[in-house]
Amino acid sequence: MAIRTAVNRALTEITALPTAAALVNGNLTLLTTATASSSANLTFDSSIDSTYDSYVFKYYNIHPGTDGKQFQVGFRDGSTAYDATKTTTFFRAGHDEDASNNESYLAYRTDSDLAQGTGAQRVGIFVGADNDQCCNGELHLFNPSSTTFVKHFMARTSNNYYVDYIQDEYMAGYCNVTAAIDGVQFSMSSGDIDSGVIKMYGVGDIQ
Amino acid sequence: MPIIKGLDKLVKYNDRSIKDLTTTPTAAGGGGTGAIVHIKTLTASGDSTLNFVNGASGVVLDDTYPIYKIEFINLHPSADGDYLRMNFSIDTGSNYNVSKITTHFYSGHAEADGSTAVAYDTSSDYVGTGDLTIAPSVGNDNDQAFSGSMTLFNPSSTTFVKHFISTIHEAHSDNLAVSTYVGGFVNSASAVDAIKFVYTSGNIASGKIKLYGILDS
Repeated sequence: MAIRTAVNRALTEITALPTAAALVNGNLTLLTTATASSSANLTFDSSIDSTYDSYVFKYYNIHPGTDGKQFQVGFRDGSTAYDATKTTTFFRAGHDEDASNNESYLAYRTDSDLAQGTGAQRVGIFVGADNDQCCNGELHLFNPSSTTFVKHFMARTSNNYYVDYIQDEYMAGYCNVTAAIDGVQFSMSSGDIDSGVIKMYGVGDIQ
Repeated sequence: MPIIKGLDKLVKYNDRSIKDLTTTPTAAGGGGTGAIVHIKTLTASGDSTLNFVNGASGVVLDDTYPIYKIEFINLHPSADGDYLRMNFSIDTGSNYNVSKITTHFYSGHAEADGSTAVAYDTSSDYVGTGDLTIAPSVGNDNDQAFSGSMTLFNPSSTTFVKHFISTIHEAHSDNLAVSTYVGGFVNSASAVDAIKFVYTSGNIASGKIKLYGILDS
């Protein structure tokens, strides 16, 4: 039996097998994929811990069951509810599809932020439910396992605003709690998530 | 009986594909295009500055990667309302004084509600060779800090200016949620090979700054 020497006979020097994480293509590790099918919510209730310093949720083609509702997120901080206290900001740039109207804007949206609120936080606002409408984007959650600091998060969403505008939406805030965040739940403010996919990744090296 | 001690197990774990090896993995980790490769994590503990210097302490900041990403994890200042600032070097950290120009806008909301804004901040944008602000007035209550990320494009270019963009979210010293968006460029055709981070009044009491390279094709 011939032994190949592609690793310069270093085969005899191997003392441990690589971990699964080390074999990942780059250091954005897919942890969970949730696919909506007329779903009341998409919930990530495991794998959010101290393994990674930060986590990214990428949401694709989130199509609401009801026109003009809010795509929103809540965080779990120790109980079974996704009601961690949050203070957030929300602003967006928008542009009308109707060239004859051609309205555009950049402005803060006071009805879409929270001040120490425990309700769900809007990620994509008034999402259209025409067959071809949806929202896409990503949410970055930093250091959810910390029991010292508040937990920061930032999201950017490209959204089909239901009255046929494109909106580039920026949401950011923090869970104003020192308890660890161990769950994240996405839902619509009314009706279901008719279809769409959300993927959760761990970012970078394992702590 | 294995020819080499342990070889039977190694072959098993590789599904006998070891015979198909044609190239060895790269030092960068073997990821594909766009893969994020961890380079270095700096952990603060009352540090006056934190630096990434190419060639020092395992740091790579050269033409190995076309894009670098930096993540800030809960950088907690020793002084309340302090400003996290940064600068670049083109002489491996001997001097941090390259010319820069930035934009800076933010969105804010008070925990007590009533105060909201999205606005350009003329007091935090920058033109000059000094340190530029990426996180202003960070609170230092025990649970306050900031987190976020910064992308630095092609620092090794000796043709173009070097662009960077950062997105930060902070617990502001006035108990506000504030997200800041900084974009700019190092106005030099020399390669950038070091970056420093500093709080202006006190020190970086705790937190992590993580440097990644993003693989090219």
